[in-house]
Amino acid sequence: MDIKAYIALSLSLFIIGIIGVLIRRNAIIIFMCIELMLNAVNLLLVAFSKMHALSPVAKASLDYASDAQIFVFFIMVVAAAEVTVGLAIIVMMYRNVHTVDVNFLNRLKN
Amino acid sequence: MNNIFKLIWLIPVLPLIGFLINGLGRKYLSKKSSGILASAVILGSFILSLLTFIQVNQGVTSNVHLFNFIHLNSLKVAFDFKIDQLSVLFLMIITGVGFLIHVYSTAYMHEEEGKDFAKYFAYLNLFVFSMLLLVLGGNYLIMFIGWEGVGLCSYLLIGYWFRNTAYTNAAKKAFVMNRIGDLGFLLALFWLISKIGTVQYDEVFDVANLAKLSNIDITGITLLLFVGATGKSAQIPLFTWLPDAMAGPTPVSALIHAATMVTAGIYMIARSNALFSLAHETQTVITIVGLATALFAASIAIKQNDIKKILAYSTVSQLGFMFLALGTGNYVAAVFHVLTHAFFKALMFLGSGSVIHAMGGEQDIRKMGGLHKHMKITSITFFIGCLAIAGIPGFSGFFSKDEILASAFSHSVVLYSIALFTALLTAFYMFRLYIITFTGTFRGTNDQKHHLHESPKAMTIPLLILALLSIIGGYIGVPEALGGHHYLSAYLSPVVESVEHHLTNSTEYLLMGLSTILVLVAILYAWVKYKNYQIEPEAKGLGKVLQNKWYVDELYQKIIVNPLNAVANFFNNIIETKLIDGAVNGVGKGINYGSRQLRWLQSGQVGAYVLLMVIGILILFFIQLIL
Repeated sequence: MDIKAYIALSLSLFIIGIIGVLIRRNAIIIFMCIELMLNAVNLLLVAFSKMHALSPVAKASLDYASDAQIFVFFIMVVAAAEVTVGLAIIVMMYRNVHTVDVNFLNRLKN
Repeated sequence: MNNIFKLIWLIPVLPLIGFLINGLGRKYLSKKSSGILASAVILGSFILSLLTFIQVNQGVTSNVHLFNFIHLNSLKVAFDFKIDQLSVLFLMIITGVGFLIHVYSTAYMHEEEGKDFAKYFAYLNLFVFSMLLLVLGGNYLIMFIGWEGVGLCSYLLIGYWFRNTAYTNAAKKAFVMNRIGDLGFLLALFWLISKIGTVQYDEVFDVANLAKLSNIDITGITLLLFVGATGKSAQIPLFTWLPDAMAGPTPVSALIHAATMVTAGIYMIARSNALFSLAHETQTVITIVGLATALFAASIAIKQNDIKKILAYSTVSQLGFMFLALGTGNYVAAVFHVLTHAFFKALMFLGSGSVIHAMGGEQDIRKMGGLHKHMKITSITFFIGCLAIAGIPGFSGFFSKDEILASAFSHSVVLYSIALFTALLTAFYMFRLYIITFTGTFRGTNDQKHHLHESPKAMTIPLLILALLSIIGGYIGVPEALGGHHYLSAYLSPVVESVEHHLTNSTEYLLMGLSTILVLVAILYAWVKYKNYQIEPEAKGLGKVLQNKWYVDELYQKIIVNPLNAVANFFNNIIETKLIDGAVNGVGKGINYGSRQLRWLQSGQVGAYVLLMVIGILILFFIQLIL
């Protein structure tokens, strides 16, 4: 399959993520959009890795061909850990201000 | 090296020690101890100078190297002391007259508080130190250090009674005018260094080095040196500070503004005679300036009523005479007149101090009169001083002044006649001063009359010694026409080339006879005019112009001070407030305003921050794309 399709897919996922972060006010949805961006990048990484493994130069030595795919698993693990922290913060936020609307969180002002 | 020459550094260091002790311990020293200390260190210097003089008189001279002062690749300036006939002669004048004036001051200043008393002596010692440095220095730079030092001390002592604004203004005037001259001196030094790379006397006056200088160099350097001399020695156009300098205590006027500091310019030119003899244009300038100053100041002196002002203008006039001698190339006569003038002018200043002391601070001669009855020693010694300055045969001034007149005559008859006329004016105003002050009837208040008394011994003894010196001081320079052999000229011959007068004995007799007769006539005229002195009505015409000192101060005020003030005001009000303050405050205001405008960016809305971040990334992204 052409690499361009993968790039287009991950780019659209990433832009959806950005737009979501920018326009939504619900912290959970923003959080999900961030995850979406993260996974768009992951997808791109895997796609390039696959493309690279198929190239004639890489075929000569297959030792490192699947490194990026393994790397993505690590990213997913770290992302999972990060999600727990992020969700915990949102829970704490809800306990404090009884909402998950980020526009109420303007205490950084002044 | 001679033993006494090893101790030469002690001559200036002793007064420096006196200055440090008196200056630092002024709160703890009693008046008596600080006065004795200050006088004792000067006496020590005087004794050392005397011992040095005995050596030098036998023809032993030396250049004592103390340490390296500036040691650069291209320029080496040593801290040297030059011991030769000229410097030792000045050492004797400075320490000798200086000692007498210190002793005199202990009595004259007795009304001062203890701490101010010590301060006064500290300044006086510092002055002597600087002056000795000026005279002893083996190169122009050391001379310049002393030169600046005496200027500072002069400033400090003129403004000694600093609570009086007029006095501090006089001090500032003296300092600023001196600085103008100093700039000329400094430029001359730079010029010398750039051309021959040294300021050491021996090297500068070396024939090989002098040959390196073009005519323009020599004329420029000597003219700039002369500018320095006009500042320090109060010549036209920088003379107006000296009469104002009379604001200081009278012994200060005697020491600094009559006997020593103001003759520094003459010393400097006499020291540089090798240079000046090559610069004929400069010599002409010096002659004209000297003669003009002599005449100008003498004409002012005849109409002044302040006893010290008269003496001050007389000093300016006599200094003009010395410059006339320098300009005509007769350096010996100039140094000779410095010596005799130091004696009789110090005598008269101290005498006037004695009068002021007796009058309780009054300086106006119109309110004096008949003082001879009350203070005989002061009166008689002052009379001797007047005879000496007028040039009555037998007194010191006669010999030195006639030598200057003779050397003027050998140059041109016009110079001679103007100088002679000035000498007549001198005799006239001096006897006017004497007659109005010491003869006739007393014109002051009754309180003053009861207070009149002869001054204490500490004041009269220096007067007597100086009076004696004013009489005999001239006999070291008796001209050959009078059967002398001019000891001074022979003594100075290793340093200063002596000039031939080309005058026959009979011409000299004629000149002496003429000046003596005319001086006597001038004195007689003064006697007839002022013996029944009553307070005069307001002067008119020329008299008024003279009384107001030819309006020179007003002229300077108009053409120099006022424009300078206007420029300064322009810079202060326009450039400073509008331009510089505007720029500095503008930067602050701009930042303040800008940050107030930027503050809305910090809304606290997380979404807004994220939006900005994304925009930023997009901008960076596009920049990346374009480049």
